[in-house]
Amino acid sequence: MNKLTVSLSPHVHSGDSVSKNMYGVLIALVPALLCSFVYFGLGAILVTLVSVASCVLCEWAINKYMLKRTDTSVTDGSAILTGVLLAFNLPSNLPLWIVVIGAVFAIGVVKMTFGGLGCNLFNPALAGRAFLLISFPVQMTTWPKPMMGFFNLDAETGATPLALMKQVIKGGDQAAQAASELGNTDFLSMLTGNTGGCMGEVCELALLIGFFYMLYKKIITWHIPVSILATVFVFAGLLHIAKPEYPAPWLDLVSGGLMLGAIFMATDYVTSPMSKKGQLVYGIAIGFLTVVIRTWGAYPEGMSFAILIMNAFVPLINNYFKPKRFGEVVKK
Amino acid sequence: MNVILIAVLVLGAIGLIAALVLFLLSKQFAVKEDPRLGEVTEALPGANCGGCGFPGCGGLAAACVKAADAGSLEGLNCPVGGQPTMEKIASILGMQVEASAPKLAIVRCNGSCENRPRVIEFDGVRSCKVMNSSSMGETGCPYGCLGCGDCVSKCQFDAIKMNAETGLPEVDSSKCTACGACAKACPRHIIEIREVKGKKKMGVVVRCMNKDKGAVAMKACKAACIGCQKCVKVCAFDAIHVDSFLAYIDPSKCRNCRKCEQECPKNVIYGLNMPVLKPKASTDTKSPAVTTSMSKPSPASKPSVKSEPFKPTSTLMPVCQQMLLTPSASTPLPHPGKPTQKVDAPESYNSMSNLMPVCQQLLLKPKKTTAE
Amino acid sequence: MKTFRIGGVHPAENKLSSGESIKPAGLPKVAVFPMGQHIGAPATPIVKKGDKVKVGTKIADAGGFVSAPIYSSVSGTVLKVDTVIDASGYAKPAVYITVEGDEWESSIDRSPDLVHIDKVYELEAKDIIEKIKEAGIVGMGGACFPTHVKLSPPPGSHPTCVIINAVECEPYLTSDHRLMLEHPDEILEGVALLMKAVNVNQAYIGIESNKPDAIQLMSDKAKVYHKFANIEVVPLKVKYPQGGEKQLIDAVIRRQVPAPPALPVSVGAIIQNVGTAYAVYEAVMKNKPLFERIVTVTGKSLSHPSNLLVRMGTPMQQLIDECGGLPEDTGKIIGGGPMMGKALLNTDVPICKGSSGVLIMNDKESKRSSVQPCIRCAKCVSACPMGLEPFLLSKLAEAENWERSEQEDVTSCIECGSCQFTCPSHRPLLDLIRQGKSTVMGIIRARHAK
Repeated sequence: MNKLTVSLSPHVHSGDSVSKNMYGVLIALVPALLCSFVYFGLGAILVTLVSVASCVLCEWAINKYMLKRTDTSVTDGSAILTGVLLAFNLPSNLPLWIVVIGAVFAIGVVKMTFGGLGCNLFNPALAGRAFLLISFPVQMTTWPKPMMGFFNLDAETGATPLALMKQVIKGGDQAAQAASELGNTDFLSMLTGNTGGCMGEVCELALLIGFFYMLYKKIITWHIPVSILATVFVFAGLLHIAKPEYPAPWLDLVSGGLMLGAIFMATDYVTSPMSKKGQLVYGIAIGFLTVVIRTWGAYPEGMSFAILIMNAFVPLINNYFKPKRFGEVVKK
Repeated sequence: MNVILIAVLVLGAIGLIAALVLFLLSKQFAVKEDPRLGEVTEALPGANCGGCGFPGCGGLAAACVKAADAGSLEGLNCPVGGQPTMEKIASILGMQVEASAPKLAIVRCNGSCENRPRVIEFDGVRSCKVMNSSSMGETGCPYGCLGCGDCVSKCQFDAIKMNAETGLPEVDSSKCTACGACAKACPRHIIEIREVKGKKKMGVVVRCMNKDKGAVAMKACKAACIGCQKCVKVCAFDAIHVDSFLAYIDPSKCRNCRKCEQECPKNVIYGLNMPVLKPKASTDTKSPAVTTSMSKPSPASKPSVKSEPFKPTSTLMPVCQQMLLTPSASTPLPHPGKPTQKVDAPESYNSMSNLMPVCQQLLLKPKKTTAE
Repeated sequence: MKTFRIGGVHPAENKLSSGESIKPAGLPKVAVFPMGQHIGAPATPIVKKGDKVKVGTKIADAGGFVSAPIYSSVSGTVLKVDTVIDASGYAKPAVYITVEGDEWESSIDRSPDLVHIDKVYELEAKDIIEKIKEAGIVGMGGACFPTHVKLSPPPGSHPTCVIINAVECEPYLTSDHRLMLEHPDEILEGVALLMKAVNVNQAYIGIESNKPDAIQLMSDKAKVYHKFANIEVVPLKVKYPQGGEKQLIDAVIRRQVPAPPALPVSVGAIIQNVGTAYAVYEAVMKNKPLFERIVTVTGKSLSHPSNLLVRMGTPMQQLIDECGGLPEDTGKIIGGGPMMGKALLNTDVPICKGSSGVLIMNDKESKRSSVQPCIRCAKCVSACPMGLEPFLLSKLAEAENWERSEQEDVTSCIECGSCQFTCPSHRPLLDLIRQGKSTVMGIIRARHAK
């Protein structure tokens, strides 16, 4: 007989692991990924591949040559996930070197400088996107129209529904044209993703499938996504009632990166609060900020900035919103 | 022009008002500080290591000032600065500081991998505290070192290291400041902050904490104290006591004669920072060996020393002292002369060690010799 | 179906031996009785080397109020009073008895007849508690808290019900399940006795729904008792750690015991294990002190997992031998269940009052996976049945920030292991939290002592 092992209880484990969670999210992303390939063709595939490859390579290189770690592996799937999510936030016709810059920023600056997996304050993919949006505003805001042929890399570009909404709100000479163009895009096509936009954010239906998959697998809980979506719906609805030129709340729900952000970005483990109460507060604040930025901000899309702003508040939320202790409130 | 003038005036006025407010506030809320506190803090090394038991040097300084007002600086010590620093502080505060005996952290366990085989595998946080709370550790000894290095991580001075071969921590006596952080970290109280003698920080210690009966202790560890009392009998100074099958040498009574070390059947007693003793000769030759070496080498060494222009004062002193300090240093001494006497080859360790009673007498008074 | 409201996990049940009926285990050659088998002061031995003892002879007196006497489970001669390594991993004082024959004390009623319920009401509460105390009965669920102390609630508290813990939420263990199937009447008698002892007229028996046969049987039998006492069987949704005292109260009567030092009785509940109820029946009605218990010997690699009726003091090695011997690839032997049991140093550890099971794990099962960085997934927070934040508590313990640990209620931790069970990064959360808890408890005690 070998030496007996002694350890403290518990002696069994659920079998859950970091990589299982990461790959679970990746599986949940597959429908949206396939949709983006269908809508945007080869460009989408290239952007995804380049983004994933540079994220993984960057993490591996930093681990090996700068941090000299031997125990952390890049195979846990977190770098792949960051890569895919970053790609989802980019237009499919983005020059590939910009994609590489975004990936290196996301992993190298936002994730690894804080200590790698589990230590970063901001969502790497979103921070990468924000960095690119500020650095390359033109390239980042020209979106190809979907379904323009698989190999058609120089596809016709067009404005996204959100940009049109913004123009309507701003008023002026282009407002009427934007309004008519907006009238052509119906709810259903926005739900299925037949509109312009970033690669991953267009097909809300695929994202919802991913959401239910993650709920089923217990990778995430409903708190953050539902609180974000509900807040956006209510707040945008109130604005719409007050001033009808503001977009209808159901259009707000299916436009832009709201779904992608609410389901995949805001729920990022590392950068979201720990307690259920905190998660609800976080979600509500993101929803509120998103509508504020969309309505009154300079950018047509506010999701990514809302999440990044709230990321910074997560430690504070963690401090103030504790889970309900057992026996705290004695009720019958 | 006018605009610039107004701007300058306005800003200047704001600046003046702010300065006035700051000045008044600083007067109003000034904290009266004992001027000695600053001086004492200045005298301290400023490493904020916490080795003194206070949070940082400021804490110790405050404690010193307070203690000085109470009349004594006893018990306060900066392990980093040591005696000179404390003397400086004492002079600032107009106090006297008594010379404190040098102290050293010693590891009272010799359960190396060889002596104490690992019978259990511990799977969990590699921390002595955690391991101690779970079970008796990886070996059969419930008293011995757990080997996870809680002490090592607590040392601010890089003075304690894990020996990979033995699996035990080792204290570098030149670096150890006896701050006690390691002793506090050890859940089994194996590390003792102990008084030691001389510049070399010598001492004789029992390297075991096993309080089990002999048979049980022996089963767990080859190098365990079995409480046989041999050391107690051999000790001439009443320095050793056995309590629940474990010997303890009182450092205040021990005179480093090392008789007990020779006597110990389990090699538990160990001369710290002293040359290695040769394993004792077979028991039957023991007593004659002592007597012969006692009488023989002393006269024999006399001529050899005389022929040297080396140590004119105490004839025996250099030999013993060299012997005790560095094992290698013993060879050059007898060699120059003709190897006429016994004290020449490395084997002489044996006979030399039997000289101990004499040496020990000499060592009793820590006379500073020029050999260093 | 009811269950507790905060946290919880679902470990694989692995109740391998639930179909095995209880068999008496053989007598050991030498029985070993550690003196510290319960929470509180260890017992003091009253026998010496060479003394003759019978089955049921008292060999050690209670060492205080919170303590319990110990009885010999064998007849023979006292070999020595020495130490033995018990489940804690440290050597503790113990009495060794060489077994010779099997002669019982004549006062013990060994007939299998059920002593009827009517008799219960001839007894005074005081007498019942006295008998329980004298029989050395402690909580049989594993915590080993002396039962008579639990039945003597502090003045000013008003117990309203007795809750019988028949949840057996630990994976693998089946001893309570088998006990209910084979001795339902005795258990119900015991429950009636416990109710009488604390003078309440309501009892609940909480059983998890993975034991439908026991729920059925106990409900049917309980009906018979309705004219004497209100005993209700409460089926509970399977969730770990339902067998925790506080969790069970929450699940059954929907009340939450406040943070320590509040006792369960502050919400009116007295919790007893189903095994304790059985032991109480035997002690009061049959005059049989506590020296036997049912032990589940199990493990995936063991050839015959079984439920054995074991005399206390029997070394675990013997039980393992009776169940097909120790498998080659054994990596870990656990006293108790896999969630809260203790890994043993060797197989010579004797069965004590609180040993509910012996679990053999193979090499692969017994090793923990490598630790990865915390990804802050908050699964530990959702799993914690006490509403704590294990990730934070473990980090505070690592940083030795005891002050903050106390603020974060580390002392509320019940050490159920749900956090560590669920952690995807395989972090040793409980190892560290336990460290924090014990240190903070020490600090609090020192503060009170001042």
